[in-house]
Amino acid sequence: MQLKPETLQKIDEVIPKYPVKRSAALPLLHLVQEDQGFISPEAIEWIAARLELAPISIYELVTFYPMFRTKPIGRRHIRVCRTLSCALMGGYKTCAEFERQFGTRRGEVSPGGEVTIEFVECLASCGTAPVVMIDDDLHEKVDCAKARELSERIKAEAAR
Amino acid sequence: MAEQRRIIFRHIDEPGYTPDLACYLRNGGYEMLRKAMTRKPEEWIDEVKKSGLRGRGGAGFPCGVKWTLVDRKSGKPIYLIVNADESEPGTFKDRHIIHQDPHQLIESIMICAFANNVKQAYIYIRGEFPHGAQILERAIAEARAANFAGPNILGSAYGCEIVVHRGAGAYICGEETGLIESLEGKRPYPRIKPPFFPAVLGLYQCPTIVNNVETLCHVRHIVEIGGEAYSRIGTPNNTGTRILCVSGHVQRPGYYEFEVGKVTLGELLNDVCGGPLPGRKFKAVIPGGSSAKVLRFGERYKGKRKVGAETVEFDWGVEDIPMDFDSLALAGSMGGSGGVIVMDDSASMVEALANINEFYAHESCGQCTPCREGSLWMKRITHRMVHDNARAEDGALLKSVADQIAGRTICAFGEACAWPTQSFTAKFAEEFKAYGDPAREADPDAAELV
Repeated sequence: MQLKPETLQKIDEVIPKYPVKRSAALPLLHLVQEDQGFISPEAIEWIAARLELAPISIYELVTFYPMFRTKPIGRRHIRVCRTLSCALMGGYKTCAEFERQFGTRRGEVSPGGEVTIEFVECLASCGTAPVVMIDDDLHEKVDCAKARELSERIKAEAAR
Repeated sequence: MAEQRRIIFRHIDEPGYTPDLACYLRNGGYEMLRKAMTRKPEEWIDEVKKSGLRGRGGAGFPCGVKWTLVDRKSGKPIYLIVNADESEPGTFKDRHIIHQDPHQLIESIMICAFANNVKQAYIYIRGEFPHGAQILERAIAEARAANFAGPNILGSAYGCEIVVHRGAGAYICGEETGLIESLEGKRPYPRIKPPFFPAVLGLYQCPTIVNNVETLCHVRHIVEIGGEAYSRIGTPNNTGTRILCVSGHVQRPGYYEFEVGKVTLGELLNDVCGGPLPGRKFKAVIPGGSSAKVLRFGERYKGKRKVGAETVEFDWGVEDIPMDFDSLALAGSMGGSGGVIVMDDSASMVEALANINEFYAHESCGQCTPCREGSLWMKRITHRMVHDNARAEDGALLKSVADQIAGRTICAFGEACAWPTQSFTAKFAEEFKAYGDPAREADPDAAELV
């Protein structure tokens, strides 16, 4: 596994922030996932060795925390909030619109690898429901029209 | 009409107000830390106790008492953890403090740290707030450079570091002992109490204070006006202000800060939030985050309650309930996290419960069997009901499962996942019974909920 030099530097900086190395497990998983796109078996072993832990101590985190994934995803990550306030305002329709726009189903990588669409639980922005995260950015009041607009933007950015 | 009183959200959405240190200093920033450090640390614990401040994260536990319970004789370091894992469905207040006014939080952290002789604080922020984490990191670096955090705060011998720690999408990390396990780099399985009270055996088995973001922010204002004066804001035993987050079927959803108990649910929904959507009627409201028991419009709450030294009778409709911890408890629900979710007559209560049950089945950590199995069963039953396989006995079956979870788990998640099912099936029994009826007509305008 080849990590970027800046990732390695961040890893070196974050570990001493904790009195116990194991506490750096989540930060390291985030950094490695941001670098590699997902957490491979090799990454699990690498992080475990770096923190002087058995690989199972890292593997059990990857299988528990919803944000970590063991497979690559599309180039853009669309996370649609599924929970009550968003659903009441049409979140399920929003998700279906994204699926239609990219010819894919939630949980899968779209043909061509453009996006991965996912339903996620409450994103803590219920007052502007339905909400969607595209990569790290929150989008509010995403009805079907706005979902189409955002999809067009993603497609245009990919064409560039 | 009840007037908002913005203390914590004073600068939220204010044009020109930015999250940087210079802006915060222009608005009197860090003056309260300066003031706090001119007095003995323990005096501030007393002030917070006098203020009556109760936790805004869910349980409403008195903050000053929490601080008092900390074991100061163990010889071990005392840690402060800021619970910024905002994830109770319906709640979206801490997000705005973190993104728009991070120094208000940092100043309060430093005051709490000084009062409790904390040398290391952690902010556990939910993983889905990546920008929030960056904003906090930047704000901490600014505060450190200006000697408001780090070693030698304001030139004194006292120092405290703050580390931002990102979660990774698990709701259970909002439970304080689950959070502690997560911060230790483990699966966030909540710890059993006793013996693992964080105040004695918390992070790394050391005494630990865990406070919610909004709760902590009040500390700065308690220092400003004093505990006594603060306790006169709001109502007795429900002091200060609190941020109410309104979502779902209302005209103007959003966040509103009121003195606790000075606004009723009816005033909040009708006057402040503009009432129901056009042509609709309110049907149900969850007043304190999705775990809180649902309230049905039209039902009455009767009994006796204490007002000062007197005991008075009350007879409330949903609209009459004052939005404070004690009144919502008297109505059989709770103030919880301040998340108010409104449903109108287009919403099916079976589908709404199915949506909630899917959340809890997804988020149960799996440690205790009643919760791991029960939350999944409740999800499957409601899911089956929605997808045309409802049986007449399903309401009773759901209740039976829920009753066998609550009270039988290590943490309060057991109650959190049982309360929606218990209250929905009891209060909308006819809807659950009628669900399998082929003659049932669904509202064509209703949103799909599951």
